[in-house]
Amino acid sequence: MSGFDFDVIQRSWGYLFREGMTFTLTLTALAMTGGIVFGTLLAMMRLSSIKPVAMLAGGYVNLMRSIPLVLVIFWFFFLVPYIGAWVIGAKEPIKVGAFWSAAITFTMFEAAYYCEIMRAGIQSIPRGQVWSGYALGLDYWQTMARIVLPQAFRNMLPVLLTQTIILFQDTSLVYVISATDFLGAAAKVANRDYRLVEMYSFVAVVYFVVSYGLSTLVRRLQERIAIVK
Amino acid sequence: MNYNWHWKVLLETEPGGSGTYLHYLIVGLGWTLATALAAWVIALAIGALVGTLRTTPLKWVVRLGNLYVEIFRNVPLIVQMFLWFFVVPELLPKGLGDWIKQMPPPWSSYLPAVLCLGIFTSVRVAEQVKAGIMSLPRGQRMAGIAMGLTETQTYRTVILPQAFRIILPPLTSEFMNVIKNSSVALTIGLLELTGRARAMQEFSFRVFEAFTAATVIYLLTNLIVVVLMRALEKKVRVPGLIAVAGAPQAGH
Repeated sequence: MSGFDFDVIQRSWGYLFREGMTFTLTLTALAMTGGIVFGTLLAMMRLSSIKPVAMLAGGYVNLMRSIPLVLVIFWFFFLVPYIGAWVIGAKEPIKVGAFWSAAITFTMFEAAYYCEIMRAGIQSIPRGQVWSGYALGLDYWQTMARIVLPQAFRNMLPVLLTQTIILFQDTSLVYVISATDFLGAAAKVANRDYRLVEMYSFVAVVYFVVSYGLSTLVRRLQERIAIVK
Repeated sequence: MNYNWHWKVLLETEPGGSGTYLHYLIVGLGWTLATALAAWVIALAIGALVGTLRTTPLKWVVRLGNLYVEIFRNVPLIVQMFLWFFVVPELLPKGLGDWIKQMPPPWSSYLPAVLCLGIFTSVRVAEQVKAGIMSLPRGQRMAGIAMGLTETQTYRTVILPQAFRIILPPLTSEFMNVIKNSSVALTIGLLELTGRARAMQEFSFRVFEAFTAATVIYLLTNLIVVVLMRALEKKVRVPGLIAVAGAPQAGH
C-alpha cells in the first residue's frame, strides 16, 4: 500500500467541487425538473383515450427504455446541433456545448422513466375522483391539475426521489462526451497526475456518501407518508 | 433537417479489414451478449444467496447483506467499472495484478467488465429475491417447520421454488438491464455494440447510420428476449396465483 498520494485530492479540491460537482448537481436539478414535467405530460398522453396520442407517447417511452443510456447520450450529442439548426432555421448544424447537450439528453431520457412512475401514480387514484371533478364542472386540465396530479405526485414522491438519486448517479456517464462533471474532473486530474487509484476511490466514496444519505432521507419520508395514509 | 443518408456504408469494409461495418456491429452484439450473459450468471448466483440471507432470522447476516447491497447500489456503474479496471489490479498482490493488466485485449477489459456488471446486478437481483420471499404467506414457512423440515430444508423445498417463480417477470427486466448496462464497458475499452457504433461513426463519419443501426440491433435483441421470457414465464407460473403487477420501481 506504499506509493499512494492522497494529497492529490486536497490539491484539486476546488476544481473537483466548484467545477465538477457544480456541473453534476446543476445537470441533475435541470434534468429532474424537465424530466418530471415532460414525464407527467407523457403519462397523461399514454393514458389518453385518443389512440394515436397514447401510441405516440407509448412508442417514445418504450424506445427510450429499450436502448442503453450511453447510446442515447451519443445520439443526442450529435442530433441536438441538427435539431437546433432546424428550430432556428440555420443551414449548418449549430454548436451546442457539452452541458446543454447533456441537459437535453437527460431530460428526454429520464422523462421516459418519470412517465412510468407518474402513470402508476395517476392510475392509483380512484376513478370517482375524476368523476367528481367533472361533476363539479371542472374540465380535463382543471381536474388533472387540481385533483389527480397533486395526489398522484404525493403518492409517488418516494419513487420519484429514488429515480432522482439514480439520475444523480447516471449523470456520471457524460464522461463519454468528455464533459467535466464530478467524475470527468476527477478523471482529468487522475490522468494528469497519474493518480488513478486515489482519485477513483475518492470519487466512489463521495458518490456513496451523497447517494446513501439521500436514500436514507427518502426511506424516512416513505415511513412518514405511510403513516399519514 | 438536411442530412444526407448513406445506408450503403453498412456494406463497406471497416478499416480493421475484418469485414463490412454491419459485420463489425454484429460482432459487437456478440460481445454485448457475452458480457451480459456471464455477468447474469454471477448476478443470479450472488443475488439469490444475498437475497435469501437477508430474510433469515440471523441479525448479523441480515446486516452484512444490507451492507453489501448499499455499497454497490450507491456508487454509479461507470465509477465501479473504473474501480475494477484501474484500482483493483493495483490493490491485489503484485503478481496477480500484473497478470490481469497484461492480459491481451479484449480480455483485459472483458474480465473487469463482467465482474463489475455481475456484482452491480447481483444487488438488484438480491432485492427482487428478498421481495419474492417476503411476498409469500408466513404460513408457508410455518407449515414447513411444522412438517419437521429444518430451516434450510424449508427454504430449499418450500420457499425458494415459489419465490423464484414469482419474481421471474422482474428478473426479465433486470436481464434486459444487464444487456443495456454492458454498454458502460466501452469506457474501459471493451468494443461491444455501442462502442463499435461509436468507432464506426469515427471511422466513417456516418453518425446517424451507425447509431440507427445499433439502435435497431438493440431493439431486435430486446424483442427476442421478451418473447423467450414470456414463454418461460407462462410455463413456470404458479397455478392459482393471480399475476399481480409489481409496484412501480425506479430504474435506469
